[in-house]
Amino acid sequence: MGKTLYEKVFDMHVVRPLSEGQYQVLVGLHLIHEVTSPAAFADMRERNLKIRYPNRTFATQDHANPTTSIVRPYADAENEAQVAALEANVDEFGVRYFSPTRGEQGIVHVIGPEQGLTQPGMIIVCGDSHTSTHGAFGALAFGIGTSQVRDVMATQTLPMSKFKVRKIEVTGKLKPGVYAKDVALYIMQKMGVKAGIGYAHEYAGSVIENFSMEERLTLCNLAVEAGARCGYVNPDETTYEYLRGRPYAPKAEAWDKAVAFWNSIRSDADAQYDDHVIFAGEDIEPMVTWGVAPDQAMGIKGTVPQLADYEEHERASIEDALAYMDFKPGQKLEGTKIDVAFIGSCTNGRMSDFEAVAAFLKGRNLKVAPGVKALVVPGSQKVRAQLIEKGLDKVFTEAGFEFREAGCSMCLALNPDKLEGRQVCASSSNRNFKGRQGSPTGRTLLMSPVMVAASAIKGEVTDPRTMFEAPAAAAE
Amino acid sequence: MSNEASRGAAVSQVSGRAIPLTGNDIDTDRIIPARFLKAITFEGLGENAFADERASAKAEGRVHPLDDPRFAGGAVLLVNKNFGCGSSREHAPQALRRYGIRAVVGESFGEIFAGNCIAVGMPCVTVSAEAMGALQDVAAAETGSECSVNLETKTITFANQQFPCEINEGARRQFVEGRWDATDVLMQAGDAIGKTAEKVPYFGGWA
Ligand code: SF4
Repeated sequence: MGKTLYEKVFDMHVVRPLSEGQYQVLVGLHLIHEVTSPAAFADMRERNLKIRYPNRTFATQDHANPTTSIVRPYADAENEAQVAALEANVDEFGVRYFSPTRGEQGIVHVIGPEQGLTQPGMIIVCGDSHTSTHGAFGALAFGIGTSQVRDVMATQTLPMSKFKVRKIEVTGKLKPGVYAKDVALYIMQKMGVKAGIGYAHEYAGSVIENFSMEERLTLCNLAVEAGARCGYVNPDETTYEYLRGRPYAPKAEAWDKAVAFWNSIRSDADAQYDDHVIFAGEDIEPMVTWGVAPDQAMGIKGTVPQLADYEEHERASIEDALAYMDFKPGQKLEGTKIDVAFIGSCTNGRMSDFEAVAAFLKGRNLKVAPGVKALVVPGSQKVRAQLIEKGLDKVFTEAGFEFREAGCSMCLALNPDKLEGRQVCASSSNRNFKGRQGSPTGRTLLMSPVMVAASAIKGEVTDPRTMFEAPAAAAE
Repeated sequence: MSNEASRGAAVSQVSGRAIPLTGNDIDTDRIIPARFLKAITFEGLGENAFADERASAKAEGRVHPLDDPRFAGGAVLLVNKNFGCGSSREHAPQALRRYGIRAVVGESFGEIFAGNCIAVGMPCVTVSAEAMGALQDVAAAETGSECSVNLETKTITFANQQFPCEINEGARRQFVEGRWDATDVLMQAGDAIGKTAEKVPYFGGWA
């Protein structure tokens, strides 16, 4: 009987069994950032520990830095202190740091792939739940807590139990105006945010095979929102083409060895799965969320569900979500006024995301609606530099978007980019939790970057497809 | 991390007043709002557990369970489904533990949260939806009755009633054997770590 990629990679990394069902596993790549690492470093110091393999840990700053200016010290004293602590720690412990002064900084889940650090067959961890993103390369990648950050630094290992593996196939083709983000939100709407608990998700099927690496990254980014610690796609030519030539990718002879290894870890054709679900790509519409969990989502042409659609024990939570959002069962979301539009984050802050938005805006003299604050926040300084090189920053600023420095920004609002009061934000990020974007009463509608852009232009939630064939587009 | 739970101490039974906290999908952003992640230590997080929800309850004239005098000093938190989903922030279990919680009983948990709870010495155990309904009812009705979570027998005893509970066997043994602080246990692997690293092809740079 064949094996899944999950089993092959897990087994290869086992150092020893610990107790029933639990193993000590080797970590191949450890990424750290300023928010979840300081207490881990303090504990290392207190316990007199050294980093066991300092060349397998890489650091950057992303959550705390402002996006208006990278000049230090940062205006917010706590943000500054957190970043300064990280910089002192990486110096003391000898960790490679992707610094803004070298133009290498960015969201940890954007720069791992960008630098070629993220590779198939690795076990990758980071003190951040969206580490699942890196699974796009056929790695087992998952978020850990601060105590585990310390354990990985001290031992390069973690205690782990095996997950079950669920294959999620998306067959056929996507319709125009439907993006990887919509696929992820659709899967969640169908399966719920608890479906993935105890599972690793293997994404397969023609839609996913035809996805670019960046689309796979968006999909795997949201695996964790479906409850799965990790999600992955089997590596293939698309993966290798993306990796070739990146700074940390294998070179020359090592490249051939690497490709042979990567091919060997793909799930076998006769691998057994603990569960298998299939969705048809053609069924997927552009998606938008109406509630305070990412599975509280619907097709843009749909209506907010009725309480009767839910089991009795779930209704209180649904009512609570609707009260918070101020939506009613049965209403449409198209036409809902928005105050803020945010394009960025580790879900949708990569080149292809901004290129799709720029293609939508370009040459049509579209302007952000009056009263709407619209932000374009690149996922990394390299993405930002490329956008400028291609002149796309101008496309955004001419349309009335602010073009910011790289970072997490309003995905989590640890820096000064925040919603105010009950503002409604059309957001390309990944969490619509209560208070997530910096105001305890702020409201988040998750959607694809192109839908965010369309909504920014109209000043209300808008199906981007209704704007695709505007005659002015021909003027290009 | 350094809190009063001493590293290496066995956690086989937790007893104390129970706090019923109802609702599904309570994410870690709600347990500890992001702005409290700006500090560089976990100290002082206890008083900020559920800060926004407690403030809005107060503003609306309600009493949040964490502020309810009936549950003051509570050590066992009774929750529903998917508690602790969302962000991986260890600040969430740190805040609960520093508030005084010593065990969390729920219908299900976010996985990263449950793992982080191990690292702070605070077990998460699961019970059926039915049992949780009963436990939360008892907690809301009884005043001062002790709730006891026993990891040896996997039972919860509350107001003379017993409920079976579940916990991942590996985690259970970590608690009862005092191995929940993983660093020392992982260090004991010694050379075996280097041996595994040698056979993982990418680890040594494809040599
Ligand atoms: S962009 Fe958002 S989800 Fe991603 S790492 Fe930053 S804060 Fe977390």
